[in-house]
Amino acid sequence: MRLSADELIFWQHGFLKLNGTIVFTWALMFVLVGGSMLLTRKLSSKPQPSRWQSLLEIIVTAIEQQIGDVGLPQPKKYLPFLGTLFLFVATASLFTVIPGYEPPTGSLSTTAALALCVFVAVPLFGIEGQGFSGYLKSYLEPTVIMLPFNVISEISRTLALAVRLFGNMMSGAMIISILLTITPFIFPVVMTALGLLTGMVQAYIFTVLAAVYIAAATSSRERKERASTQPSSITPERIYG
Amino acid sequence: MDNTTVIAVASIVTAGFTISIGCIAPALGEGKAVATALSSMAQQPDAAPTITRTLFVGLAMIESLAIYCFVVSMILIFANPFWNHFLTQATTK
Repeated sequence: MRLSADELIFWQHGFLKLNGTIVFTWALMFVLVGGSMLLTRKLSSKPQPSRWQSLLEIIVTAIEQQIGDVGLPQPKKYLPFLGTLFLFVATASLFTVIPGYEPPTGSLSTTAALALCVFVAVPLFGIEGQGFSGYLKSYLEPTVIMLPFNVISEISRTLALAVRLFGNMMSGAMIISILLTITPFIFPVVMTALGLLTGMVQAYIFTVLAAVYIAAATSSRERKERASTQPSSITPERIYG
Repeated sequence: MDNTTVIAVASIVTAGFTISIGCIAPALGEGKAVATALSSMAQQPDAAPTITRTLFVGLAMIESLAIYCFVVSMILIFANPFWNHFLTQATTK
C-alpha cells in the first residue's frame, strides 16, 4: 500500500526521479495557470459579464471577503498569496474525482513547502506592516520572558500547518484504498464524497490560519485605527476597482 | 523472538494505543466546542458567521492533536525506520 503519491514513480534516470507528487503538481499548475489565462484574456466591465468571468469574480470576492473578515485591513494586498494557497489546496482535493489522480497535498513534501511559504511570508508582511524593530518587538509582547515561547510557537505552528493538511489528505486516500479491499462498490464512493468536503474545509482552514498568522504579525494598533476609519463591508468600488 | 518480530509487535501495539488514547482528548474537546458554539448560535443567530469561522479555526487547532497521533501511528505501521533498519541488516547478511 502506498502512503503517498511520492512512491508512485513515473520516470527515473539515475539521481533524477519523477514521482507522482511532482507530476500531479505540474498538472494542477498547468490547469490553474492555463485556465485563469484563458478566462482573464477577455474580461469585460459590462453589466452582464460572461459565465466564466462571473465564476472567477465569485471566487475572488469570496476569498477577499473571508480575508477581510479575519481581521486584515487591506484584503487586496494579501489576496495574491492567500488566494493562491486556497486555490491550490482546494483544486488538489477537488481533482480526486478524476480516477488515477492522487492529491499532491497527500505528500508531506508539498504541505511542508506550503507551510514554509507561510513561515516566510508572515515575517515579511509583519516587517512591512510595522517596521523591522517593531516586528522584532512583537516577540517580546507581554513580557521578555515570553520570547522563547513566541519563537517556539512560530516553529510549531508551521509544523502543525504542514502535518494537519498532510494527515487529512493522506488519511482520506488511505481510508478509500482500505475500503476498496473490504467493501468494493458503494461505500468508497460515499467516503470519496466526504473526502471532497474535508478537502474544501482543509483548504479553508489552511488559508484562514495563514491569514490569522499574518494578522497577528501586522500591528494590532494600526489595525484598530484603520478599522475605525474604513467601513468593513465590501463596496462596489472595492470589487471592481 | 528475533528483532524484527519484537519490533513488529511493539509498533503495532503502540500504533493502536496511540490512535485510541490520542483521540479521546481531542474528541472531548471538539464535542465541547461544537456544543458551546451551537448554544451560542441559538442565542444569537446574528453572530453565526463569526462564531462559525472561529469555530472552524479552533476545531482545526484541536483536531491537529488527533492528526499528530494518526500520523505517528501510520509511520509506525507503514514507514517504521527501526523495522527498515533491521530488515536491511537481515537481507545484507
